[in-house]
Amino acid sequence: MSALLSLRDVWVEYGDKIVLEKVNLDIEAGSFVSIIGPSGAGKSSLLRVVLGQEVPTRGTILLDGAPLTPECGPDRGVVFQRYSVFPHLSALRNTLFGLECEQAPLLARLFGGARRAAEAEAAEMLDAVGLGDAMHLYPAQMSGGMQQRLAIAQALVKRPRILLLDEPFGALDPGIRADMHALITRLWRDYSLTIVMVTHDIREAFTLGTRVLALDKRRHDPHAPHRFGATAVYDLHLRSRTDPVEDEDPAAAAAIDQNNEERIGHG
Amino acid sequence: MLGALPILLLALLYLFLAAERHAANPMDKILPLPKGMAEGMAALWFRPDQLTGQLLFWADTLASLQRLGLGLGIATLSALLIGLVLGVLPPVRATFGPLVTAIAVIPPIALLPILFVALGLGETAKVALIVIGIAPVMVRDIAAYVAELPREQIIKAQTLGASSWQIMIRVALPQAMPRLLHAMRLSLGPAWVFLISAEAIASDVGLGYRIFLVRRYLSMDVIIPYVAWIALLAILMDLALVFLSRKLFPWAHGAKH
Repeated sequence: MSALLSLRDVWVEYGDKIVLEKVNLDIEAGSFVSIIGPSGAGKSSLLRVVLGQEVPTRGTILLDGAPLTPECGPDRGVVFQRYSVFPHLSALRNTLFGLECEQAPLLARLFGGARRAAEAEAAEMLDAVGLGDAMHLYPAQMSGGMQQRLAIAQALVKRPRILLLDEPFGALDPGIRADMHALITRLWRDYSLTIVMVTHDIREAFTLGTRVLALDKRRHDPHAPHRFGATAVYDLHLRSRTDPVEDEDPAAAAAIDQNNEERIGHG
Repeated sequence: MLGALPILLLALLYLFLAAERHAANPMDKILPLPKGMAEGMAALWFRPDQLTGQLLFWADTLASLQRLGLGLGIATLSALLIGLVLGVLPPVRATFGPLVTAIAVIPPIALLPILFVALGLGETAKVALIVIGIAPVMVRDIAAYVAELPREQIIKAQTLGASSWQIMIRVALPQAMPRLLHAMRLSLGPAWVFLISAEAIASDVGLGYRIFLVRRYLSMDVIIPYVAWIALLAILMDLALVFLSRKLFPWAHGAKH
């Protein structure tokens, strides 16, 4: 498979602080990449660079072989831990928003037949994430899990080339989190998504991902710790897209979990 | 209901004090009894003024509400437009933010002579005083609110293909609206202060003008009903704004359905 997203010698620096150094990555279409690493290892910086929210200090990023425009665009969808839905719109209209922006540049609102068509598409997407019964609720009336489902539907309705998740399930309690894992796995299969997920939860990283990247500093200067940046120290290809994911033995997963925790050495 | 109790008690206290004064001096003007107030107000309510042929109470109310409405309307509209632009576009905020702050710290009453000199003694100066008095605070409030919308929301909108214009009208504007109504509620008090001040200094009609006119004759029988009327109008406006906000923006009030 060819690489959908390629990072070539990417550096991210803030002033004289180096956050990421020499990151080289090829992400294949259809893969589910989990990114783990200690706090401050540049997980979120990497995501922001791929998202286009920040420009790398050095290096190039290619999406489908073409250099990435350094701004956020509809080819990359995103779900943040919080605040990624619009509180003033109902679930349906939150999902409609992306379609309206595309089809009505001036007013960002659709009317008549175009609106009905877009609403049908949005409703279908809400059904797919399990919010079919909550289309007219405002985010404030939803639980945290429902809000994240909405944020996913909102992003997927634009059919992004790549979906970026920034600790999407970090604020949810464990039961809801398990439901969300099942949901994202199903959506990833059904819509042939390419997903890059940043997470703090190593277990989550290994159960969901087809590939796990661990970011950390390779070198450490005790006198100037900020002068060395992090890079991908472990790059584990776990399984291909077609392998079953659900029937993974929880005990085995826990073992992997522990092993890697020891090897990586950080939470 | 419980909140009406202290107000009722105050009214009773007033009646008690007024009755006491009237027992000592039946001609007392300082604390008029309700009967005295009704007599004093009847002339303004029902008898056309000899000079203008108008029913003065209603003419005063209309004139004052018109000035207040214009001032509040202009201030709100400019707060929305300027606040939105300042909030969404950081370079504009960096350029014009200090100017807004500088205008906001000038005591508006100190500007009143300038307004009278520049704009004359007519309606314009009075409306301008209200606008200058309340608009800067409202602008700053809206700008700060819009600037503090979560960064994630703006990024999310961009990844959904929204342009800056679309973010302004579909993300920032609707979320600023309930805040704007809230800012209007808070500005109502100052707006009345500036209205009454402007009317007291140079006017020929208006609630504030009347109060300061009859003050010369110690006509508490007119002043007290006028003040009560102003309070009632202010309360009604406040309630209307709360109602409007709940009706139009249920999502901002945590309403169920």
